Amino acid sequence: MSKHHDELDEKAPPKGGFSRRGFFRGVGVTSGAIGSALLGEQEAEAAQAGGAKQGPGAVPVALNINGKVHNLNIEPRVTLLDACRNHLDITGAKRVCDKGTCGACTMIANGKVIYSCTTLAIDAQGKQIQTIEGIAVNGRPHPLSTAFVNNDGQQCGYCTPGFVMAAKGFLDKNPNPTYDQVKAGLGGNLCRCGTYVGVRKAVLEAAKAMKGGKNA
Amino acid sequence: MQAFEYASPTSVKEAIGMLSSQWGEADILAGGTDLLALMKEYIHTPKRVINIKGIKELGGIAKTAAGLRIGATVTLDELTENAAVRTEYPSLHQAAMGVSSPQIRNMGTVGGDLCQRPRCWYFRGGHGILGQENGKSLAVDGENRYHAIFPKSQAYYVNASSLAPALIALGAKAKIAGPNGNREVPVEQLFVVPSNNSGRELSLAANEILTEIVVPSARGVKNATYEVRQKEALDWPLVTASVAIKMKGSSVASARVVLGHVGPTPVVATEAEQMLAGKSLTQDVATEAGKSAVNGAQPMSGNAYKVQLARVAVKRALLEAAKARG
Repeated sequence: MSKHHDELDEKAPPKGGFSRRGFFRGVGVTSGAIGSALLGEQEAEAAQAGGAKQGPGAVPVALNINGKVHNLNIEPRVTLLDACRNHLDITGAKRVCDKGTCGACTMIANGKVIYSCTTLAIDAQGKQIQTIEGIAVNGRPHPLSTAFVNNDGQQCGYCTPGFVMAAKGFLDKNPNPTYDQVKAGLGGNLCRCGTYVGVRKAVLEAAKAMKGGKNA
Repeated sequence: MQAFEYASPTSVKEAIGMLSSQWGEADILAGGTDLLALMKEYIHTPKRVINIKGIKELGGIAKTAAGLRIGATVTLDELTENAAVRTEYPSLHQAAMGVSSPQIRNMGTVGGDLCQRPRCWYFRGGHGILGQENGKSLAVDGENRYHAIFPKSQAYYVNASSLAPALIALGAKAKIAGPNGNREVPVEQLFVVPSNNSGRELSLAANEILTEIVVPSARGVKNATYEVRQKEALDWPLVTASVAIKMKGSSVASARVVLGHVGPTPVVATEAEQMLAGKSLTQDVATEAGKSAVNGAQPMSGNAYKVQLARVAVKRALLEAAKARG
C-alpha cells in the first residue's frame, strides 16, 4: 500500500501532539453544541480566533456544504474531499489522483471550481461549498446531468461528478460558450475512458437548455 | 500526510513570528496546490502550516507609480481577469493561461507559482533537490526527458514557475518580508542553485515571506509568452519563452528573452537579446534569435528535443510580440 493514503496515518496518533482522535472515534459527526461541549468552551473559542494555533489533533471545523452547515471535529490535515467522503458521507466527489491533477474531486467554492483533494477542510470554512449532491433543481436532475446522459458524456462514470461540477462552474461564468471554450474550460479534468467529445457536447446542450440563465 | 499544527494569521508580522529559521519546521500555505501534494508524498513534513490567505495586505492588484503591484496571494485567475494585465502585460496573461486547469488558476497564487518546488521526479521521489544517490544525479543516466538542457552545477531539474520568465523579461521585482524587515530583489534573484542535495532553490530564508511583485510599466514594451506543452489540458510546460521588446521606430532598441523549464533557474538568453538589438522583428530575425537562444545548450540522453522546442518558442514569442501593441 502506498503511503499516499492518509487514512493509514489517521489511525496512528499524530507525531508531536496529543490526539483527540481516539476519544472521538465513533462519535463521527457531532453537532456544533456537542463538539464545543466536548472540547470545552475555551478551546472552542481559541479555535475560532484567526491567528490561534490549532491541532495537530482534532479541532472543530464548520463546513457549509450545499447550503447546510456541518460541524466536525477533524485534524487540520484532513482535506475537504476526505472530510466530505469519510466524515459526512457526501461521496459524490471522487478521490482519484489525490494531488490536484485529475479533477474527479472538483467542487465549487464561492462560485469557483476547486480541487477538494488539495484543499484543507479547515481552510474551506466560511465558504459556500457546492458538490454534485447539491445541484439538483427542485428535486429534478440539473440540466447538465441530463445532458451528460443524453450525450454519453460518461463511460465508467468515475470522473463524471467532477466533470459535471467543472462544467457547472464553467457555464455559470460562460453561459454561451463555443466548443473550443468548453474544451479549454474543462482543461482541469481528465477522463481515462476518453469520453471528452460526449462531455463537450453535453456542456453545449446544457448551455442551450439553461438558456444562458444560471439555473441552480 | 503527517499531522501538523495549523494557524491562519491576519498580519505578515504575525505570520513571520510563526515561521521557523530552519527549513522543514513550518510551511506557508497559500493555494496549496503544490504544498499539499508535497506533504502527501512526505517530501515536506512540516510541524506547522501557516495559511497566509487571511492576510489582507498580501492580496490585490493595483497600479502604483512603480508599476503594477501584485499581491503574493493573488490567484492566477484574478491575475488573468485583471484589465491591466490583459492589456499591458499580455506576456503575463499568456503565461498564467498556460496553467490550463481552471481549478489550479482559481486556487494557485502568484507567490505560490514562484515558490513552488521543482517537478523533477527524482526530487518528488525523495532523492533530494538535486535528485542524487551516492552523490550522483539520477537524471543524468536516468529518465531525463523533462529535465534541463541548461543544467547548472549539479542541478538538472527545471524551475517549475510559469510566471517567472515573463516577470523577469518585464523587469519585475519581488518584495520579501522577514524578521529583520523588508527587502526587494529582481525576480531572477529569487532563484538560486542549491550547493547540496538538502539545499533550497529559492533565495528566501525559511522565515521570510514573498509579499508582492511589482512589474514596471510596460507601455511601449511589446511583450509575449509562448509555451510548448505536451497536452492541451493541464500540464507543466515543456519549454516557455517570454520576451519584452522596446522598439525605436521599426527596430529593436533593447530586448529581453527569458526561457522557462530549460534550466534549474529561468534562463536569460543574453546572446539572443544582443543579437536582436537594432533589428526589425521579421520572421528571419526571430528564427535567428531562436538559434542564438539555445547556443550552449547541453541536452542529455532523453531531452535533446527541448533544444528545438526552445528555438521555436523564442521565435514564436517574438513574432507574437511583434503583433502586440506597445
